Amino acid sequence: MSDDTLLSARDLSLSFGTLRALDGVDVDLWPGEVLAIVGESGSGKSTLLNVLAGRLTPDQGHVFYRDPDGHLADLHAMSAPALRALHRSDWGFVQQDARAALRMGVSAGGNVGERLMAKGARHYGEIRAEAARWLEMVEIDPGRIDDLPRIFSGGMLQRLQIAATLVTHPRLVFMDEPTGGLDVSVQARLLDLIRRLVGQLGLAVVLVTHDIAVARLLAQRIMVMQRGRVVEAGLTDQVLDDPAHPYTQLLVSSVLQA
Amino acid sequence: MLRVEHLAKDFTLHLQGGVRIGVLADIGLTVAAGECVALTGPSGAGKSTLLRCLYGNYRAAAGRILVRHDGATVDLAAASPRQVIAIRRQTLGYVSQFLRVVPRVPAGAIVAQAAMETGMDAARAATEAAALLARLAIPPRLQALPPATFSGGEQQRVNLARGFIGGHPILLLDEPTASLDAANAAGVVAMVHEAKARGVAIVCICHDIAVRDAIADRCFAVPAMQEAA
Amino acid sequence: MSEGYNFAYLDEQTKRMIRRALLKAVAVPGHQIPFGAREMPLPYGWGTGGIQVTAAILGQSDTLKVIDQGADDTTNAVSIRRFFARTAGVATTTETARASVIQTRHRIPETTLRADQIIVYQVPQPEPLWRLEPSRAACRTMHALAEYGLMHVKLYEDIARYGQVAISYDYPVMVNDRHLMAPSPIPAFDNPKMDRMPALQLFGAGREKRIYAIPPYTSVRSLDFADHPFRPHRAPHACTLCGSRDSYLDEVLTDDRGGRIFVCSDTDYCATRQRKDAA
Repeated sequence: MSDDTLLSARDLSLSFGTLRALDGVDVDLWPGEVLAIVGESGSGKSTLLNVLAGRLTPDQGHVFYRDPDGHLADLHAMSAPALRALHRSDWGFVQQDARAALRMGVSAGGNVGERLMAKGARHYGEIRAEAARWLEMVEIDPGRIDDLPRIFSGGMLQRLQIAATLVTHPRLVFMDEPTGGLDVSVQARLLDLIRRLVGQLGLAVVLVTHDIAVARLLAQRIMVMQRGRVVEAGLTDQVLDDPAHPYTQLLVSSVLQA
Repeated sequence: MLRVEHLAKDFTLHLQGGVRIGVLADIGLTVAAGECVALTGPSGAGKSTLLRCLYGNYRAAAGRILVRHDGATVDLAAASPRQVIAIRRQTLGYVSQFLRVVPRVPAGAIVAQAAMETGMDAARAATEAAALLARLAIPPRLQALPPATFSGGEQQRVNLARGFIGGHPILLLDEPTASLDAANAAGVVAMVHEAKARGVAIVCICHDIAVRDAIADRCFAVPAMQEAA
Repeated sequence: MSEGYNFAYLDEQTKRMIRRALLKAVAVPGHQIPFGAREMPLPYGWGTGGIQVTAAILGQSDTLKVIDQGADDTTNAVSIRRFFARTAGVATTTETARASVIQTRHRIPETTLRADQIIVYQVPQPEPLWRLEPSRAACRTMHALAEYGLMHVKLYEDIARYGQVAISYDYPVMVNDRHLMAPSPIPAFDNPKMDRMPALQLFGAGREKRIYAIPPYTSVRSLDFADHPFRPHRAPHACTLCGSRDSYLDEVLTDDRGGRIFVCSDTDYCATRQRKDAA
């Protein structure tokens, strides 16, 4: 791996029983870069995301992460507290189901503030101001800071999850189908928001999606997975406009043109 | 600035039983700084394919695409994805036939963002974007709107502004004046001339013969290939 | 002392098991230690945890005081005191200063405790995070890794909603700057007394089968925000009986027309002050 990658994985393999969920997968991610992992359900893309994020341990292979001081750490050799600390501050995870990620009985401001408090913020006024600022960043009226997410729409919930994730300025964010299950118009707004924030904050993102249009809009590079293997990888527009692998050609040709 | 050697490109259509279609073979082309080369040839000869190869949008099957980038000569055909991204950011500009952008972003911001990607600061990018769009007859009123609802000609001009604002030393233009009226086309011709005067190397596809004659220093006929089995 | 009971009711093996848990608890201040709580001759919620801890530490020369909400003369306090008088034959007292062991439900005596005293708290719910995190396993992980951001989320929510932290009893504390701990349902007013207390503080939760402890002179901090510091609350009155302006007060209704008085919740403290005034 080159010495400026943020995250590097080599030869990842993982089986669930007889099912090869990952089969010799390599990944490199550089700072400030969006990498999309596409493929249909069961292709292993979510498994890969979970292994990269240290949530699953591979049977074989290693994932290396470079911390802000430039030290390279083998993710799966890290202690549980160190990994959790990473997830709390330097990393973020945006999942499809915002309801599962957020505390539905805690106000919008409390949800955004949780990561700050977990990092040790102990000044109510500052936490609240930062939460309000982030609500604004994700286009939620800061006047709703004390509302419970229970009464938010699906798109708002997802934006709230993004605010609650980005509030600690992570360097690396994992996103699992962030626009899944939303109306098309809501999706477009969310995509635009993610794209803007990623650019503004210089985030590195590993994005799992089955939606090729989402990958095209957000990602500079793309990996196409099928049955646990990466069948094609490269520049997003190159892979999608000039697909070489039969499976990629099938995926691309299956997209409805608006 | 740009030299193409023995470039070949074919497509294998796996969904159609693995048919291989050869489009380009043994293409050689050199474009100097300040020169504009127009690609010609019958429809389907592979003009667009060649242009897309030059941008790295299509992967070359064989050959080299040598680009002067950041003081060195780089083979685009063999470059890593990250190198290609860097080359596109600094060196290689592309004006496609159609505008493909994220919904909801105003035209002015789209163009300004293209400028910022080449390293311009936000304030200057916004000013220059506004000026360039105004020159292309997109008034401030429209600049504040997302281009999704624009007419074909307006979208084309936003696209042109986005391609020209970065000041890339190599520009690839795919039908830059196709949906424009005569007055706007003349404006584009003037912009191309200015770019050439700055030393920009240009490769274009242009069916409008009057425009082509006005901007191109020479033509390069893309040889049509027989379909390979 | 009644015949037929082992000293202090529990058998020696059980007491030994509880003492081992107590030693562990003292070694890791504020950390909850599981123990095999026994069935006791009173219902859960009446102090089964406290009783077992008291039984395990009681010696023949001890003097026991038992209070319930500060009072020595309520049913619960009286029956527990009598229980140990019968099963252990130890001396009992209502005077804080004379007691060597004090078992308490929901108060800390006003009189400052000394290094030669032990206070045993009855604890209904030992887990400070239980209302916030339903999973016991998740709570344990949070304790293990000292991840207590969630507790502050609760405080944040209170301030956002009510303008202040709306916890008046069982106010969460950090023990020895490491473990988040439920101080049992004592009023937040009593929290500052726990900090660097010379006496050993032991906590027993019978139903939940947990023991924890604060060794003498250990730091106990009530959670707060820099701009919303912890403030112990007390009714802004003087005790009607003894005139105290420092002690924790109970509100007592005196008639059906809204008449009310405020009196010390610590009956021994109040009585002592009244005797002094009379003298």
